[in-house]
Amino acid sequence: MYGATVEPIEDAQTDDNRLREFEARIARGEKIEPGDWMPDEYRRQLIRMISQHAHSEIVGMLPEGTFITRAPTLRRKLILLAKVQDEGGHGQYLYHAAETLGATREDMLDALLSGRAKYSSIFNYPALSWADMGAIGWLVDGAAILNQTMLAKCSYGPYARAMKRICAEENFHKRQGQDIVITLATGTPEQKVMMQDAINRWWWPTLMMFGPHDTDSPNSAVLIRWGIKTKTNDELRQMFINQTVPELLALGLTIPDPDLRYDEESGNWRIGPINWDEFWQVVKGNGPCNQERMDARRRAHEDGRWVREALAAYAEKQSGT
Amino acid sequence: MTNELHNALADYLLALADDELILGHRDSEWCGHAPILEEDIAFANIALDEIGHAGVWYRLVADLRDERPETYPDQLIYFREMADYRSAPLVELPKGDWALTMLRQYLFDALESVRLERLAASAYPPLAEADAKIRTEELYHLRHTTAWVRRLGLGTEESRRRMQAALETLWPYALQMIEQPSAELVEAGYVPAEDDLRHAWEDMVIPHLQDSGLDVPHQTILPPFDRQRHTEHLSALLDEMQSVARLIPDARW
Repeated sequence: MYGATVEPIEDAQTDDNRLREFEARIARGEKIEPGDWMPDEYRRQLIRMISQHAHSEIVGMLPEGTFITRAPTLRRKLILLAKVQDEGGHGQYLYHAAETLGATREDMLDALLSGRAKYSSIFNYPALSWADMGAIGWLVDGAAILNQTMLAKCSYGPYARAMKRICAEENFHKRQGQDIVITLATGTPEQKVMMQDAINRWWWPTLMMFGPHDTDSPNSAVLIRWGIKTKTNDELRQMFINQTVPELLALGLTIPDPDLRYDEESGNWRIGPINWDEFWQVVKGNGPCNQERMDARRRAHEDGRWVREALAAYAEKQSGT
Repeated sequence: MTNELHNALADYLLALADDELILGHRDSEWCGHAPILEEDIAFANIALDEIGHAGVWYRLVADLRDERPETYPDQLIYFREMADYRSAPLVELPKGDWALTMLRQYLFDALESVRLERLAASAYPPLAEADAKIRTEELYHLRHTTAWVRRLGLGTEESRRRMQAALETLWPYALQMIEQPSAELVEAGYVPAEDDLRHAWEDMVIPHLQDSGLDVPHQTILPPFDRQRHTEHLSALLDEMQSVARLIPDARW
């Protein structure tokens, strides 16, 4: 296991040199590895991002998880169960990546359960019908892939490698979502209505997943400077819109945005204003399912306490004999 | 093979399939709610395997009944009424706590392992072939649940108490889960006899339960049981499982 590295107190001159060397390494495209010197702020930002990302995977198991028992064919059931299981696996790689920076699983879990840590707000929206499995797979995982593809090139080695592995699986998740959307959009009239309703509900929250506009994103500048992010929130959001809008329209689905139009000059699809009030309300904990998601996580943690205690006691007895 | 043997074998495999499906369903209810993240992953994998194995058996049933193996499993899963299910009460019981879930899975895995060992030599070749695919996965399950029973049985006072309570709840049901094939099926060498399986299973689980600090209940005379009777839990389970598939007639999903 990786413990926290204790930084010796150095004079400012040495730190300046180290910072210069660190930034030069990033500029050369080198990866920063766990034992390497790094500024405290780099470590802090990475722990924040990676642990949030891990929490998002774990909480993200919940909305789709409710449909595992209801998946309408054997094949869909096996795929959905495997997908939700993958999300748990992603959470696990990411917690390990954060541990390489000195964070511990216990602290990270405690931060999640006490509400100190955030997770992606998208999972505070409810999954109401089977069509939501399509919308989540295509839109939510599709949006996540754009973000993660960027992070797979980030300057911190363990995070970049975790992202590479996760992206490969996420692409499969997105395809299963697309497959559900296509099946329903080309199915019975009732199925089309069901699918359109899911798109209507998931479209705007998905666009919000990329985070605030660049002008309102406090962490962006430092993250870009140190090669953690290489694209801004708005750039990624625009990529997603350009990629997704024509595909949904081609299926005869509509986008719930009266202002949506194609801008010939730039080749971009332009959207209407995003409701940032809603975004901040959900971030602050007032979304439709914030309470429910946290309750589910806390209940699992509380109900599992005796199990974890038994594991610890058993391990201790084994090592004593 | 005579028609009668055909039908008897199909019924036998249907019971195996239903047990795996319903247990897999119960196991899948833990996904996202397990006591540790590692077990969210491992136990979802077990659920996935069980449901996948159900599919293997349902496809064999389709072959035996001259139905299409691509569509018949879904028909059986989603459009059969409760009275036509052949699952054993053991797998229908709600998931309970982690002790009950783990112990049930262990008791089931142990039976599967002794059954699969014997089905490998089945005189019905498609059954022996399917068996070979499933056996390695089951071996992993059994190893996993065997270790958990031990850890929880010998862990803390609370974990032992919960395991003992689970064992007392499950034991009579566990004794019922062993299929009772017709004498002709056994004589033809297609499937193992019930008492052969029962002895092998008891020889495996009783010493392990005892080594894990648990008191195995005295064997009681079981109430008459056939697989046409179900617990009341199955009805709610099927309502949930079949709800989306039955939402719109003739829809493809």
